Amino acid sequence: MGIEYLGLSEINGPLIVLEGVQDAFYEEMVEFVVEGNEIKKGRIVALEEDKAVIQVFDTTDNMSLKNTHTRLTGHPMEIGLSEEILGRTFNGMGVPIDGLGKIKPEVVRDVNGLPMNPCTREYPRNYIQTGISAIDGLTTLIRGQKLPIFSGNGLPHDQLAAQIVEQASLGADSEEEFGIVFAAMGVKYDVAEFFRRRFEESGAASHVTMFLNLSNDSVVERLITPKVALTAAEYLAFEKNMHILVILTDMTSYAEAMREVSSLKGEIPSRKGYPGYLYSELATLYERAGIVKGCKGSVTQIPILTMPNDDITHPIPDLTGYITEGQIVLERALHQKNVYPPINVLPSLSRLMKDGIGEKYTREDHQDVANQLFSSYARVGEARDLASVIGEEELSPTDKKYLEFGTAFEQQFVAQGQNENRSMEETLSIGWQLLHILPKEELDRIDTRLLEKYWEE
Amino acid sequence: MKIIGKIYGINGPIVTMRGNLGFMMSEMVYVGEKRLVGEVIALTKEVTTVQVFEETTGLKPGENVEGTGRPLCVTLAPGILNNIFDGIERPLQLIGEKNGAYIPRGVTVDLLDRQKKWQAKILVKIGDKVSGGNIIAEVPETTAIVHKVMVPPKVEGIVTRVVEDGAYTIDDTLVTIQTESGEQQLNMTQQWPIRIPRPIQKRYPADRPLVTGQRILDTLFPIAKGGTAALPGGFGTGKTMTQHQLAKWCDADIIIYIGCGERGNEMTNVLEEFSQLIDPKNGSFMMERTVLIANTSNMPVAAREASIYTGLTLAEYYRDMGYHVAIMADSTSRWAEALRELSGRLEEMPAEEGFPAYLASRLSAFYERAGYVENLNGSDGSVTIIGAVSPQGGDFSEPVTQHTKRFVRCFLALDKSLAYARHYPAINWLTSYAEYLNDLEPWYIANVGKDFISCRNELMNILTTESRLNEIVKLIGSDVLPDDQKLVLEIARVIRLGFLQQNAFHAEDTFVPMEKQLKMMEVILYLNEKCQSLIGMGMPMAILREQNIFEKIIAIKYEVANKELDKFETYRQLIDEFYQKLIELNA
Repeated sequence: MGIEYLGLSEINGPLIVLEGVQDAFYEEMVEFVVEGNEIKKGRIVALEEDKAVIQVFDTTDNMSLKNTHTRLTGHPMEIGLSEEILGRTFNGMGVPIDGLGKIKPEVVRDVNGLPMNPCTREYPRNYIQTGISAIDGLTTLIRGQKLPIFSGNGLPHDQLAAQIVEQASLGADSEEEFGIVFAAMGVKYDVAEFFRRRFEESGAASHVTMFLNLSNDSVVERLITPKVALTAAEYLAFEKNMHILVILTDMTSYAEAMREVSSLKGEIPSRKGYPGYLYSELATLYERAGIVKGCKGSVTQIPILTMPNDDITHPIPDLTGYITEGQIVLERALHQKNVYPPINVLPSLSRLMKDGIGEKYTREDHQDVANQLFSSYARVGEARDLASVIGEEELSPTDKKYLEFGTAFEQQFVAQGQNENRSMEETLSIGWQLLHILPKEELDRIDTRLLEKYWEE
Repeated sequence: MKIIGKIYGINGPIVTMRGNLGFMMSEMVYVGEKRLVGEVIALTKEVTTVQVFEETTGLKPGENVEGTGRPLCVTLAPGILNNIFDGIERPLQLIGEKNGAYIPRGVTVDLLDRQKKWQAKILVKIGDKVSGGNIIAEVPETTAIVHKVMVPPKVEGIVTRVVEDGAYTIDDTLVTIQTESGEQQLNMTQQWPIRIPRPIQKRYPADRPLVTGQRILDTLFPIAKGGTAALPGGFGTGKTMTQHQLAKWCDADIIIYIGCGERGNEMTNVLEEFSQLIDPKNGSFMMERTVLIANTSNMPVAAREASIYTGLTLAEYYRDMGYHVAIMADSTSRWAEALRELSGRLEEMPAEEGFPAYLASRLSAFYERAGYVENLNGSDGSVTIIGAVSPQGGDFSEPVTQHTKRFVRCFLALDKSLAYARHYPAINWLTSYAEYLNDLEPWYIANVGKDFISCRNELMNILTTESRLNEIVKLIGSDVLPDDQKLVLEIARVIRLGFLQQNAFHAEDTFVPMEKQLKMMEVILYLNEKCQSLIGMGMPMAILREQNIFEKIIAIKYEVANKELDKFETYRQLIDEFYQKLIELNA
């Protein structure tokens, strides 16, 4: 254990090579003492006999091949946890940065986590009312789900995430404890500050644990931030029986950091220079959402990612979409029309929705109304394309109705106020109102019985 | 003598050892103090490379690697059905009971229950000559499936001792045989290496369909028993839903569902749903004839690569007993990506998009293990593979989709725009194809109806014409088309909504027997015929639409239950009335 190694063999950006190491293990944490006073932390990322490649969770400035003492800690990256973490702010490695002193750990957990056994998972069925029509009505969020927001730079994804958190947590059954774990990876100071302020204003601040790795913080630390945050979330959910909403922003910066470190390590790149294990790495994060059988708590994830150049086929959104249970896609064109939240409902999807809505959960007509709105709105796109070629005047009467429906749908259903909290009933009744714009024969997705029942209302 | 080596380097799931230690290629090894399961994947004089099927965090250079002297095998015996395994056949239920919510490293559990006693009925007697594949005993494995205990392939001899019928564990000797090399005891268990196909007598041509009850598949793009199909689609296009539907309703005896690198919640859903779903065929639970292989995306990547082979080997084993097995592999892209990830760690020269150059040969070897065959024991069985493909960015020109297309004979392209409009199953009828159609034609004619194929072609014809007309409509709108072309669009709409769209959540619509599929087609085409004749008399399309007949035909899928096929007569009468009425009104 206590062996200290003097000097290093190689420094390359955040990567350090140390030779002559004994008894080190893969992913072990190491501590450096630079110039006898400055302490830095690192993690072993590759081992070859007595040669260890170490990632440093800090800058490697001031470090030279001679002035550094290295000590192996004998354990993997761990974090001390207790209920005190609620209401506190940490850096990306879980060290408090709010000046309120250390926390007294109740347990110490390996941040890497372990894969959850599919047999011990409970299939998520309870929906979370967010008060946002486009989400509640068409891409219902389910407790234990991972539902990312696909956004672009300059779109109001932060406002949307903050609104979801406020309305979802405050609206929930007051009996149950809720909490928010917020992990910022490479975001601007302003963004982190925005969330902090919104949590404070809404009175949720005492239920929030923040892990901040800002855009000027260490890239290597960014790789560990979401793992630390999710370890905290799992602890609160499965040991303290709380319902935890995890906001991870921005996954794009996380993936960029992975690419940066991978290329430094000299690994063979696959798509767009990202390492081949991007999918596996993203999956180990996203799959940590869920509910464990027999536990009261749950982990629900809302990762936010900005699609580079608004391209949904870019590897980051693409791989994310294959792992997460749906996605909420924001669209620039809607934003420009001043629609808030600018959710493009067509590519948006909630995979768990089908089992969490309907008679027992929301209302019997929910699925049919949602299907009809989707299908009709898809038709609006066709009508608009046609109108741009032959002019609106030349459209058939039905197509004109669709144009009218499309605008109304965007302005009344999708658009709502930043503090407007709509109930499920309201959302569905707006849906029915909008469907009245269309001829009744066009509504082919709604069961005839339901159509008769709700049409007149 | 067991070979032991020492770990030299560790890089993610790849562990290397120095020197030529005498390990075999593909040998199964135990790595480190925690005895993590691994497999030898490359040998040079200087370095032995091992891929580890578990997380390597905590592993140290210098720890031992112990050889087992045999390749990575699966254990084949009663107890496989109604079970859920990880990628290397470790039972997850049991791991869950032992270790709680998470899967720790280095778990050691028996692959199959070694204590449980199974009721065996011995089928051979002393003096019988038996050889590989012969059935020596029958064991009711679940209420739905009788497990047939077979002589392992390549074993041959004369039966010298048999036990009485009764309850035995999978390790108890049932039959002793005298082989050329001495006595051999046979129990219920066999070991088989996952990467080697189990031997067969011969392959048959594909001439029977896998009936799925899904209209677009059975009618437009049928899959043969023993065939291969690929199901590519971007995320959110309904690959998993389609696979679930196929698993639930296709007429295979046994379903092997491989969740390869997919979502944990999805596997939980399949497990829950199949444990409660009553099988329409025999009234027992669906899980009773299902095996789930769950290697979710956050489980170690090397086991993801192996999971596909594990599933295949289990399928072949049941095929050998004379069952028809269908494999749902969701998704083969995740498997290909596992290959890429491991190849990257091995620092191999990448080919297209970072995938290794051997991607195509691995894919073809995988799909070629499907087939309708005569088994060693003379029975017939089949393995049908339906592989989902998750193309990057939904772009079908990427390597995995392109190579898969070369090796499968049924290509069911899922379409984003159909999925956006919530048209499910979102299978695009223009880009999909099924090469089996010609092979299956005699079966359809003999078993469903003489006009089935011609109806099917007529339907396809209308749909292709629609897509051509839509090009024009996009430019100038549908109002300017002549009435006969408007009719094509209208009938195509009836086909799309009333026939191709199928509601998986509707009790009647979720599975539709062949006879009803044919009747539905006939009614739609009858309507088409009558309308054509009306248009031919100069009646405008607008008048035809007023009568609401199209909506009524679309609703057939919900209105006519699967058992009330005689109701179709009333629909014909309805069309006749509509015809008469229009003639009277406009004469």
